[in-house]
Amino acid sequence: MRFALDDEQREFGRTLGRMLGASDTPAAVRAWARGDHGPGLALWERLARAGVFGLAVPEAFGGAGPLPVEATVAFTELGRHAVPGPVVETAAVSVLLARLAEAGRPVLAEAWLPRVCDGGARVTAALPGAPGGSPYALDADVCDGVFVAPGGPDDLFLATGHGPVQPSLDPARRLALPRCGAEPVAAGRAVREAARLAADWAAFAAAAQVLGVGLALLERTVGYVRQRKQFGVPVGAFQAVKHRLADVRVGLEFAGPLVHGAAVALAAGTPGAGAEVAAAKAAASDAAYAAARAALQLHGAIGYTAEYDLSLWLGKARALRSAWGTPAACRARTLDLFSL
Amino acid sequence: MDLDLTPAQEDFRAEARAWLAGHVPRTPLASLETEEGFAEHRAWERTLHAGRWSAVSWPAVYGGRGRSFLEWLVFEEEYWAAGAPARVSQNGIGLLAPTLLEHGTQEQRARILPAMASGETVWAQAWSEPEAGSDLASLRSVAVRTAGGWLLSGQKTWSSRAAFADRAFGLFRSHASAGRPHEGLTYAMFGLDAEGVRVRPVGRLDGRPAFAEIFLDEAFVPDRDVVGTPGDGWRVAMSTAGSERGLTLRSPGRYVAAARRLVALWRAAADPGDTALRDRVADAVVRARAYQLYGYACAAGGPRGAEPSLTKLFWSELDLALHETALDLLGPYGELAGPAGDAPAHGGWAEGFVFALAGPVYAGTNEIQRDIVAERLLGLPKGRRA
Repeated sequence: MRFALDDEQREFGRTLGRMLGASDTPAAVRAWARGDHGPGLALWERLARAGVFGLAVPEAFGGAGPLPVEATVAFTELGRHAVPGPVVETAAVSVLLARLAEAGRPVLAEAWLPRVCDGGARVTAALPGAPGGSPYALDADVCDGVFVAPGGPDDLFLATGHGPVQPSLDPARRLALPRCGAEPVAAGRAVREAARLAADWAAFAAAAQVLGVGLALLERTVGYVRQRKQFGVPVGAFQAVKHRLADVRVGLEFAGPLVHGAAVALAAGTPGAGAEVAAAKAAASDAAYAAARAALQLHGAIGYTAEYDLSLWLGKARALRSAWGTPAACRARTLDLFSL
Repeated sequence: MDLDLTPAQEDFRAEARAWLAGHVPRTPLASLETEEGFAEHRAWERTLHAGRWSAVSWPAVYGGRGRSFLEWLVFEEEYWAAGAPARVSQNGIGLLAPTLLEHGTQEQRARILPAMASGETVWAQAWSEPEAGSDLASLRSVAVRTAGGWLLSGQKTWSSRAAFADRAFGLFRSHASAGRPHEGLTYAMFGLDAEGVRVRPVGRLDGRPAFAEIFLDEAFVPDRDVVGTPGDGWRVAMSTAGSERGLTLRSPGRYVAAARRLVALWRAAADPGDTALRDRVADAVVRARAYQLYGYACAAGGPRGAEPSLTKLFWSELDLALHETALDLLGPYGELAGPAGDAPAHGGWAEGFVFALAGPVYAGTNEIQRDIVAERLLGLPKGRRA
C-alpha cells in the first residue's frame, strides 16, 4: 500500500479545486439556503461530469469505485469550497445499494446507481438505525430518491414524501423527516449490514468534507489576520493570534492522515475499518471546529455576520460535527483501534 | 488497519520482533537517571548493538543495517511494543549522528559512530545556557582559537544525560559577528572528563539527576572535534534541531505502545460509566493513531522535514495526555512515584509522567514552536511577542 497520493489522485484534486474555485460556490450556497436550488444544481452537474458521484459506485453500475482514497480527495475539496447538497448522503446511498446488490439483490442498484453517477438522479438517506444515523434526511426536497432504514426491523424504504424543512445551524443544510409508505423496497439482515457500511462511508465522507471546511477556515483566517491592522500592526503579528492559528494548523495536519487511513481501511474492507472511520471523524470534526472558533474570534465582529462569506463555513463546521456520528459516539468506537 | 509491507519488510518486522522477544530484559531496568540504572542501560545498548539493532537506519559500515525510514518506524513499533528499555544513547543516535552524517568528515564518522552505536560512548547534549534556552542564538560560551584546536569556556546547563555520560556536543561563540546573533558560532564535541570541564548534576522534578550543569574553563578541543566549518555552527546545529523536534527523536511507536497500555489499563481499572475518562482515553488513542499514520505518510514521501515544529507540538502534548490520563485512571495509586507491591497495574506511568512533563519545555519550548509554525508555515508576520 502506498500511504500517499499518486500523481493522478493529486491532479484529480487540483482539477476539482480549480473547477469549484471558478464556480462562485458562495452564491450557490446562499441560494440553496433560500430554497433556490438552481445554481447549486448547475454545480451538481459539473460535479457529476467530474466523476464525483461515481467514486462510491462499482463499475458494474456505471461508477468508477469504490475508490475511497479518491473520495477523500474529492470530499476534502467539496468541504473546502462549501459545496451544498447531499454529497455525503449520495455516497452513502451508493454504498447501500451496491452492498445489497452484492448480497444478491441488484434491482435497486441497477435502477438508481447509473443515474446517480451521471447526475440524472439525486438521492439522499436517513439511516437512524445505523451508527451515527439521524432521523432527518438532508435535502429531501431536492432529491428523487430518499432512502430510509429506520432500524428495528431490517427494512429499507423509499420515502413517499417528507415533513417541513427544518433549519440547520448551517443554513445550506436543509433537514426534513421523511415519510415512508407501508411497503419496504428491501428487507432482511442484508439491509442492516448494508446500512451499517453506508453509515461508515457517510462518516468517512463527512470527515473528509469537514477537514476541507477546516482548511478553508484556516486559510481565510490567515489571509485576514495578515492584512487586518489593529494598534498599528497586522493582527497576525500578535503572539496570541499566532499561537491559536498554529494550534489549528497542528489539529488539521494530524487529522489528515486519519482520514487517509480510514480510506485505506475501507478500501481493504478490514474488520477494523469502522474504528478507523470513527477516529477520522472525531479528529477532523474537532480540528475543523477549533478552526471555526478561531476563525470567528480572529475575524471579530465581521465574522459574526451572515453577509460575510466566512459564515458559510462556520455553520458547516458545527453541523458536520453532529452529522453521521457525534464526537463522543466516534470516540467510543475508537477504543478498538489498537486491539483489533 | 495494518500497513501493507513488502514481504522483505514483513520479514524485517518478524526478525525484530523475534529478537526483541528473546532479549528484552524480563524485569524493568533501574531508572537511567541513576548511576546503577545508567550502567544497566549502557549494557542494554551493547546487547542491542550485538544484534545490530542499535541504529537500524545507519549504513552497515558504522554498525547499522542501512534500513529505510519506513523500516525504522516498523522497528520502533516493535521496540516499544516489546516493552524494551529507554535508549540512553538517544541524544547521540538521534541528534549528533544525523548531524555527523550530514556535516561531519569521514574520519569523524568512522571514529565516533561505531562507539556510539555500541554504547561505548554515551553522548550528552550541551546546548542550553543559563541565559540561552529556547533563544539558543543568545548563548555566551566561547571557543577561542589556539594551536591545533579551540579552548572552550563558559557554562552549559540542562544538559540531558550529562550526569553520567562520556562526551557532549554543543555550540560556542567563536567569531565576532556583524550583529546577527546566530553568526560566528562553532559546533564542537568535548569529553565530560576532560581537563577544564566540571559537571554538576541537577535533580529534575523527581530529584533524579536527569541533567547537569557543565562548567568549561579553557577546555581544549582539537580541530578534529569541530563539526562543520568553524563559525558556521548555527547551520550545522539546525539540522540537529530538526531531528530533535521531528519524528526521529520520538517515533510514533512509543506512543502507540503507550496508548495500547492505556486502553488495557482502562479496561482493567476504569468505571465504565465514567464517560469523561473514557473520552480522554479514546482521544489519546486517536492521537497516537494519527501520529502513527503521519509517520507512514512521511515515509511515503509526504511531509517529513517540512516542519518538525508541528511534530514536536503534537508528540509532546500527546505524551503528557497519555500519562495524565493513566495517572487519573490509577485513582489513589496514581500518586505513587515508584513500584509498590500492592498497587495494581503499576507500569512505569509515574516516571513516564515526569519525563513527559518536560516535553513541552525542551527542544525549544512549545511557544517557540508555535511561533515557528505561524511564521514559517502560515506566513504570519514576525513581530510582537506580547
